[in-house]
Amino acid sequence: MIEDREIEVLINDVFEYYGLDFSGYSQASFKRRVIRLIQLDGFKNFQEFLYRVKSEPEYFKRMVEEITVNVTEMFRDPLFYKVLREEILPQLGTKPFIRFWHAGCSTGEEVFSMAILLKEANLLHKSLIYATDINGLVLEVAKKGIFPLQMMKQYSENYMASGGQKDFSHYYTANYGLAKFEEDLLEKMVFSQHNLISDTSFNEFDLILCRNVLIYFDKDLQERALNLFDDSLAKLGYLALGTKETIKFSQLKSRFLQVEKEKIWKKIK
Amino acid sequence: MEKNKVIINCKVLIIGGSAGSLEVLMKVFPRLSAIKSFAIVIVLHRKSSEDTLLEELFALKTEIPVKEVEDKTPLKPGFIYIAPSDYHLLFEKNGLLSLDISEKINYSRPSIDVSFESAAEVYGESLVGILLSGANADGTDGLIAIKNAGGKIIVQKPETSKMSFMPQNAILNTSPDYILEEEEIFELISKINSI
Repeated sequence: MIEDREIEVLINDVFEYYGLDFSGYSQASFKRRVIRLIQLDGFKNFQEFLYRVKSEPEYFKRMVEEITVNVTEMFRDPLFYKVLREEILPQLGTKPFIRFWHAGCSTGEEVFSMAILLKEANLLHKSLIYATDINGLVLEVAKKGIFPLQMMKQYSENYMASGGQKDFSHYYTANYGLAKFEEDLLEKMVFSQHNLISDTSFNEFDLILCRNVLIYFDKDLQERALNLFDDSLAKLGYLALGTKETIKFSQLKSRFLQVEKEKIWKKIK
Repeated sequence: MEKNKVIINCKVLIIGGSAGSLEVLMKVFPRLSAIKSFAIVIVLHRKSSEDTLLEELFALKTEIPVKEVEDKTPLKPGFIYIAPSDYHLLFEKNGLLSLDISEKINYSRPSIDVSFESAAEVYGESLVGILLSGANADGTDGLIAIKNAGGKIIVQKPETSKMSFMPQNAILNTSPDYILEEEEIFELISKINSI
């Protein structure tokens, strides 16, 4: 059992030693991840764990990777992608150049989903997709465009449910249990490490996707991230969140218009 | 059920279940009248496609209003909250609900253990947990956490459960305050905080 006081010590020490600030993380989830990691790595007690985090930068890296959740899939929530495909992209497609930002992209499955949508809409050539994450290791995975072959059945079903007409398997080459996605999907992607908590806006975008990332933040930090997105969105640009995330508890909601019932908001001010 | 056993000082009633538990809830909930002093949270294993359907089903079948659970939704007495599919449901100390898409626990997301343990930490003695029918071991660790935090735990009688494994496993590993049939579960819920 871990006391809240110990979690506070961990957060303070991590900030002091490594400059990474977890104080705005959703407490319930953060504590659960820490307890899970302590059990997983077989520490006898919290002190032993804390000592290792402080004394070994390599272990600290592991902690960050395990605490930040990296569960994602291609065309996750197919109906969301259907709305992108049928309503949002045709509007953005009227622009000469389109900028996308996947904030908290993890291992890149959603980035590749977007590239496939853009290719099918014949928009990929005039698009640029920025994909960022706090965790450098997942970006290395994302850049390769190689995903487990066993997931392709599910992804193919998702793709079809999102309105995809093609045979999904023509987007990748299967080899030794892995699916390597076509090189041309990667051409318009730019991967870079970015921390939603401490880094600032770095460009202006037409669509920002940040799905199932804000759920790990407390309300203050959510507000800060939403402000960062607001600062980074072009007027009439879109913000897309996870299916159970909302801006309705935020000060910003009056500046945005929700697209029907979807978790997509258009910046109107 | 022992007579005059009324649960008091309950702030949150959390109900977990898997296969065979929706039928129980669909018999119990239409008969419940409005609740004022506590909130009901329901964590069921189900397919992701059934997501909003379950909320709609409860909204149709009961007088108690159902609140949609989105991330950081405030938990308030008088309402039913249903854990959305494909997320773990967590409780924050400041009274908000949080969601989490980390790995499945007991092959399940939402996991009953995750929500029970999290609720136990925040609500302690003022939490009541009920575990219903199911064919999976999820829920047992959660009930232990509720008990350890001073809350009350109730398990559906395995003989009357459509799938007995889940309640049976809980009974083997915990000491439930009550082991009840469907009708008794209804009576117990309808008398919560009624003194």
